[in-house]
Formats: sequence, C-alpha cells, structure tokens
Amino acid sequence: MRARRFLPGGWLSTYAFLYIVFLYLPVIFLPVFSINTAATPKFPLTGFTLQWYEDLPRTPALLDAAWNSLIVGVSAAILSTVLGILAARSITRYRYPGRRAINGLIMAPLVLPEVIVAISMLLVMLQLGLSLSLFTVVLGHVLICIPYSMTVLTSGFEGFDRSLEEASADLGESAFGTFRRVTLPMVAPAIISSLLVCFTISLDEFIIAFFLTGTEATLPIYIWGQLRFASKLPGVLALGTLLLVASLLLMTIAEMLRRRAARRTQNEGGLYA
Amino acid sequence: MTVAAEGLPPLRTTRARRNALLQSEPVQGFALISPTLLYALILLVLPILVVIAHSFWTQHYLTIDRTFTLENYRVALTEPIYRDLLWRSLYISLTVSLFTVVLAYPIAYFISFHGGRHKSLWLFLITIPFWTSYLLRVMSWKVILGYNGVLNSGLMGLGIIDEPSTALLYNSSAVIITLTHAWAAFAILPIFVSLEKVDRTLVEAATDLGDDPLRSFLRVTLPLSAPGIISAALIVMIPTVGDYVTPKLVGGKDGVMIANTIQAQFGKAANWPLGAALSVTTMLIVSLMAGATVLIIRTLQRMAR
Repeated sequence: MRARRFLPGGWLSTYAFLYIVFLYLPVIFLPVFSINTAATPKFPLTGFTLQWYEDLPRTPALLDAAWNSLIVGVSAAILSTVLGILAARSITRYRYPGRRAINGLIMAPLVLPEVIVAISMLLVMLQLGLSLSLFTVVLGHVLICIPYSMTVLTSGFEGFDRSLEEASADLGESAFGTFRRVTLPMVAPAIISSLLVCFTISLDEFIIAFFLTGTEATLPIYIWGQLRFASKLPGVLALGTLLLVASLLLMTIAEMLRRRAARRTQNEGGLYA
Repeated sequence: MTVAAEGLPPLRTTRARRNALLQSEPVQGFALISPTLLYALILLVLPILVVIAHSFWTQHYLTIDRTFTLENYRVALTEPIYRDLLWRSLYISLTVSLFTVVLAYPIAYFISFHGGRHKSLWLFLITIPFWTSYLLRVMSWKVILGYNGVLNSGLMGLGIIDEPSTALLYNSSAVIITLTHAWAAFAILPIFVSLEKVDRTLVEAATDLGDDPLRSFLRVTLPLSAPGIISAALIVMIPTVGDYVTPKLVGGKDGVMIANTIQAQFGKAANWPLGAALSVTTMLIVSLMAGATVLIIRTLQRMAR
C-alpha cells in the first residue's frame, strides 16, 4: 500500500497551475503589448499592429547592437564550451585531490552577485591597461558561462562507458585519436547543447556587458539605453519579444540535445538533477 | 625532475617512472582542468584580491594612495547613507529568499511526489521563463506595476479602483515582488533534488506507525529535505543582495540597493576604494547572514526529529 501523503495531489495541482501562471504571466505582457497600437502598455488593448516590428530594421544603432551581440555570443559560447569540455572531462573521468575545491571555484560565479564579479573584473582590466571593448565583454561572459557549460557537459559525460575508450586505446589509437573518434561523437549533442546555452546566456546578459564594454553596445545594453525614453517603449517591447522567442527556441533545442546526450551515455537524471 | 633523479637509478627506470607519473590519474586530471582553473584564477580570484586590496587604499582625485587605511570601512559601516542601503539590501534579499523558498517548496514537492512520468517536463516548464533575459523580466514588471501599467489600468477597467495607484511601483515592495519572481526557478531545483533523495519507505513507515500525513511530512519529509532548503535559500540570498537592475528599474528612491551605490563609486563618484570596501563589506555581511540561516535551518531540522 502506498503511504498517504501530506497534502492531496488535487490542491497541489491547483497551486502548481497558479504558480506556472505567476511565472509566465509577466513575460507574456511583453509580446501582447508589442503588437498593440497604443504607445503606452495599458488595458484595454487598442488594436493590432506590426508597426513596432517594422521599425526595428530601420534603426542602425539596433542593428549594430545585434551584430555586436552575435559576435560576443558566438565567441563566448565557443571559448566557454572548450574550457567547459576540459573541466567537465577532468571532473568526470579522473580522481585527484582538490578536485571538489577546484570544481567549487569554477562554479562560484553562479552564486556570486554579478555586480561584484563585474566590478572586480573591471578593476583588474583597467589596472592592466586593457581598453574596454567587446573583447573584455567576451572575457567576462566566458567566466559566467563556464558553470552552465560544465553542468550541461557533466550530465553528458557522466556514466560514459570507459571500456569503449579503453578498447580504442588497446586497438592502437592515440589518446587524442580516441577522444576524436570515440568520445567526441558520443558527447557531441552535449557539446552543441552547451554552445547553445552559453550563447543564450551571453545574448541575454546585461550587468557584465554594461560594466565591461567600451562604447559598443550589445542588445541588452541597447534596450537599457532606450528604457529612458517612454516613447521608445513599444519598440523595446518588440525587440524584447524577439529576444524572448530566440532564447526560448535555443534553450528548447539545447534541452532536447542534452537529453539525447544523456540517453546515449545511459545516464538518467538531467541538467537539474 | 632530472636533477632529483641524478645519480640514482638508471635512466630508463627514471624515464619509466616519469612516464608513469605523467600518466597517473591525478596528473592527467589536473593537467586537463588547468586551463579552466587558470581562467577562473585570473578572472575571478585575482580580481577579488585586487578589490580587497583597493578597499584598504585611498582615492586622491585621479591617483590612488596605497597606504594602508581602514577609513573606507569606517565610512561604509558608519555613514548613515551606506548603512541604510546595506540594511535595506540585506532585508530585501532575506525577504526574497524566504518568499522564494516558501513558494517554491510546494511546487518541488508536487513534482517530486506527484509528478509521475512527467517530472522532467514539469522541471523544464518551470525553468523556461528563467532562461529569458533577466533585464526583460524586470522590464515586464515595470510594465505591470507602472502608474499607467497593466495592473492599474486593469483594476480601473474592472471598476475596483477609481484612479491609478502610485503605491505599486518605485518602492522596496516592487523590488521584492520582482526579485521573487526572477529567482523562483532557482529555488525549486535544489529543493526538488533533495526531495527526490528522500527515501519513500521512511514516509510509509511513519504513516504505518500511526503518524497522520501532516505529522509524517513535518517529521520525515521536511527535515530530510533541509539540505535542499538550505541551498535554495543561499542560492537566492547571496546574488540578490547585490542586485543592480531591479532596484534601478522598479525600485525608485525607496528601493535603491547597495549595488547601485557601489556602481556609482566606480562611475560618477569615482571613489574606487570606497566602492571596493562597500563590496567587501556586503559580501562579508551576506556571508554571515547566510551562515546564520544555515544554522537556524539545521537547528529546526534537529528539533523536528
């Protein structure tokens, strides 16, 4: 007989439903008001328009920001995934003293206030005489992306059958050859998943970009600048909606790939478990 | 390596031993992680050390006087403006972590105990809004709570209020609501993980031995999930104390937090050492608060048994 549980499922499902509404509702207002004719976001809605979207490609500053975001996002995703692969492989494959401490240090940016991470990096970069640019933004984004990359990759690498690699080595492959021809194909979905997650984080990240950029804006910095002008709000809502859709798409693909990777290595439990 | 081996065993054994050492697990593992570790050391540890160093120095217009002083800490801890901001930030982050944990617990419980085969789908559904831009989520609260915002215009349309309320936006409650929403997913995951580890037979045993569902929850499930509650509380508390975007967008004058003034020290006010001291103080105090929270939850956990 199964034990009776505290709180019947019925009440909890209702609560779960309300909670999901609470999570999603605020975000849904952005797309709703981005297709409304009125320039201020308030009820009742006045009418349907795509005007705010049509204006977006005619804004040079926005196109520059989008291009900057793309460059920063791709560079940050590649760099942090490479560093993430090395670290995740080391953590899941080898046992050595200090492993947990090193892991903790690499994961630390996840739980530190972003402002403090940002200003400390800013201080060092200014001391080193590095001029602030998109490059310094990439450096900052890589630091905060590595923990996410590690999480995704560890779940893909764990439970990986070592005997496959050993078989390959026994058959005469070099260590690198084994990695390229045996390990890599197995974990490829996890790697692509990590690239997508890191790109999305970089695309959406504001604080570190805000502190570490010179004169070039990324999309969130552009949005921040526009927020001062009430008349620009509908355009910002339209742009925000596009960013939301991009993030959701990328993260859904990433999650599907990650699950496939986890299934391949027969590893249950997910990104979060 | 070669110097140490000189005059000892023949070269071949030394080389063999050296190869064995190079191929040993610890060395290979450490070599593999070293680039990532180095990156974290250079861009995280070194910067934090530089901030700590700055906090003991003094700003003289454009130059920094590197004589050791505790003056910045005196200012940070005793000047009313900084003291008030610090207290408010601590109060807000404590309230937010309390709300997120209390609101998240039933959801984590629901997914873990009633999620059935759809557990990962539920988790995905709950984490998806979290993956959208933080800036945009804060912005949407500004749209909701504003004077001409969704809530005011909606309530007026329904005839509940006659004129827009100004009480919704630009205060610390708006900051608390926004942060609670923004960090919700972060609290659910650790609680869910620890609930998954709760041995279901223990819950059954408690029920079989005559505990009613509420009592067996309070005495078995809740204490066993304490580690999840602790990490959820910390994972929300520490980052929110230094939040910059939310107070700036929805906080107004009464919702300003310590990060806004830290930013000002590195920007307009151009007093890096004071900004550094404020950062270090904030981190130290929030760590103390986090430690106290852990102690309190552990004590409650022991009392529940």
